[in-house]
Amino acid sequence: MDAIAAGLSLAIGPLAAIYAINAIGLNVQFGYAGLLNFGQVGFMLVGGYGLAISVAVFGVPFWIGVAIGLLAAVGLALLLGYPTLRLRADYLAIATIAIAEILRLIVNTKSLVNFSGGSFGIPSAVTDNIGFSDTYYAIGERFFALFGSTLAGNFFRVGFLKIDGRGLWTMIVGWTLAAIFAFFVWLLMRSPWGRVIKAIREDEDAARALGKNTFVFKMQALTLGGVLGGVAGMLFVLLPGTVSPNVFLPILTFYTYAIVLAGGAATVTGPILGSVVFWFLFGAIDNALRNSSTFASVAGPMVLGLVGLGLMLVMIFRPQGIVGNKQEMILDV
Amino acid sequence: MSDRSRALESVSAEPGVVKPDPVLIVDSVSKSFGALRAVDVDHMEIQRGTITALIGPNGAGKTTLFNLLTGFDRPDQGTWTFDGQSLKSLGAHRIARTGMVRTFQLTKALTRMTVMDNMRLGAGNQNGESMTRAMIPSIWAAREREVTDQATELLHRFQLHHMRDEYAGTLSGGQRKLLELARLLMSKPRIAMLDEPMAGVNPALTESLLEHVKNLPNEGMTVMFVEHDMDVVMDISDWIVVMGQGRIIAEGRPHDVAQNQEVIDAYLGAHHEDTSVYDQGPVEIDHDLALRVAAGKTA
Repeated sequence: MDAIAAGLSLAIGPLAAIYAINAIGLNVQFGYAGLLNFGQVGFMLVGGYGLAISVAVFGVPFWIGVAIGLLAAVGLALLLGYPTLRLRADYLAIATIAIAEILRLIVNTKSLVNFSGGSFGIPSAVTDNIGFSDTYYAIGERFFALFGSTLAGNFFRVGFLKIDGRGLWTMIVGWTLAAIFAFFVWLLMRSPWGRVIKAIREDEDAARALGKNTFVFKMQALTLGGVLGGVAGMLFVLLPGTVSPNVFLPILTFYTYAIVLAGGAATVTGPILGSVVFWFLFGAIDNALRNSSTFASVAGPMVLGLVGLGLMLVMIFRPQGIVGNKQEMILDV
Repeated sequence: MSDRSRALESVSAEPGVVKPDPVLIVDSVSKSFGALRAVDVDHMEIQRGTITALIGPNGAGKTTLFNLLTGFDRPDQGTWTFDGQSLKSLGAHRIARTGMVRTFQLTKALTRMTVMDNMRLGAGNQNGESMTRAMIPSIWAAREREVTDQATELLHRFQLHHMRDEYAGTLSGGQRKLLELARLLMSKPRIAMLDEPMAGVNPALTESLLEHVKNLPNEGMTVMFVEHDMDVVMDISDWIVVMGQGRIIAEGRPHDVAQNQEVIDAYLGAHHEDTSVYDQGPVEIDHDLALRVAAGKTA
């Protein structure tokens, strides 16, 4: 019962919301356009660091920092897409996974310590930079005041979830943004633009033969997905109010892939439901292992294995994902 | 004999011959893959409003020539103009927009999209394909209705209307060929380049597919197609261009080509006195085809 409660708590919490946004972005790229982006965490990184560095180190206002984070994601998409989108799909996969790692190692570099905080991150004791999340939580404070409550130092209950005010604020922002982005994806994918995007996934040459400039469409899909990754990355660093290179590991991309596939690729609600299910499994299994005398010491690695097993079961019994279309799956050759 | 074949009546049957009203003119287009000269066409003209077949043994360079002309591959050198416009440096999608639209040897039905969406994709001038405008349906809804009406009419004509809401992946091979042709017509091309439109289609559907292709010139379209089925070629072509070893080795009306010694040799890989053209290795032979060409069989 404790495990279920822990799972449900994680499933609706801020982290699940952040991953839902990230997965909506990856779903535009991978699910709809068929672009193999294996470096979604790179987009999170440039979004998070773009915001943190510009606000904490250069002292620009918060909203300009947000704009810089978004522009950094757009820039990364252009940088990745320009050389690789004219080539076969595999090249994008190689380039994305490589550049995400390169970016992580760059911000980790000791010689950049005054800029990115190096391995200490931002804010850190070695640099005298200011907190980049102050404005974000000040806005949250005003939002909470509307309901006669306060954010700082306050604790709340949402179902089984016990959460502090800061976490609740990111949870509210995250799920709201996830809903808005899902709505935009729905709007886009029922339009002629979405039709071309899906056609490119099915057969790019067919789309070109019908006069569609597939390079531009692919670039747009990559950029849109990247920007959503950037937004997820900003929330990811705003939640703790700190940023450090060692959280932007490739496994974040693979969690996001698992979420997209479990929820149902090329569906509007799939990434959101996928994130809820993924983090439910994660939270529940993690809690059960930690509370068992036998497995408590190996809970860390074991939870990954068991979540993987859970996802395998989803894929075996619902290969199209939770909300995916079975027929589409069968036709996938 | 139709008007359009009458226009070609006085044209002499020799490679690279000048046509009275060419819509497509190809000059010195060549492409090599390593040491293999896949395409080496000195001069070729396609008469407007006719059906021209491009035939030749396997490996003659027919599909490669199609790829070059439609921008799916880059030639090493050469120029070609479509209705006076040079297509040399245009990308595949730009060439398609000029009105030269192709199909593929291996059918490219977009399997996880509905038949109707396949059709709608073919249409041009859809504002809603712009990412920003896509989010406001009122901008593109009117054009979408037009496109849907056009698609509905074509689907009726191609007897695919009952499948309109099914995934294209559920269609049979022959139906996919029909869909690909119908989708091509959605873009209202001026020249249709069909790469083996009848391949893998059962005889009953071949009849209906043939009728559709035969009708295209009546709608003001020029047709150029690659085909291996000689009955089809002899039946519907106004003009035949024969390729061998990347070159154009013969041209003419169906009866000219059927009697042409070079064509017969190319298909049979016969020991011709002048072996220089063929000494790059054995020609793969389609015996059935060769024998029918050799016998001068016309349908």
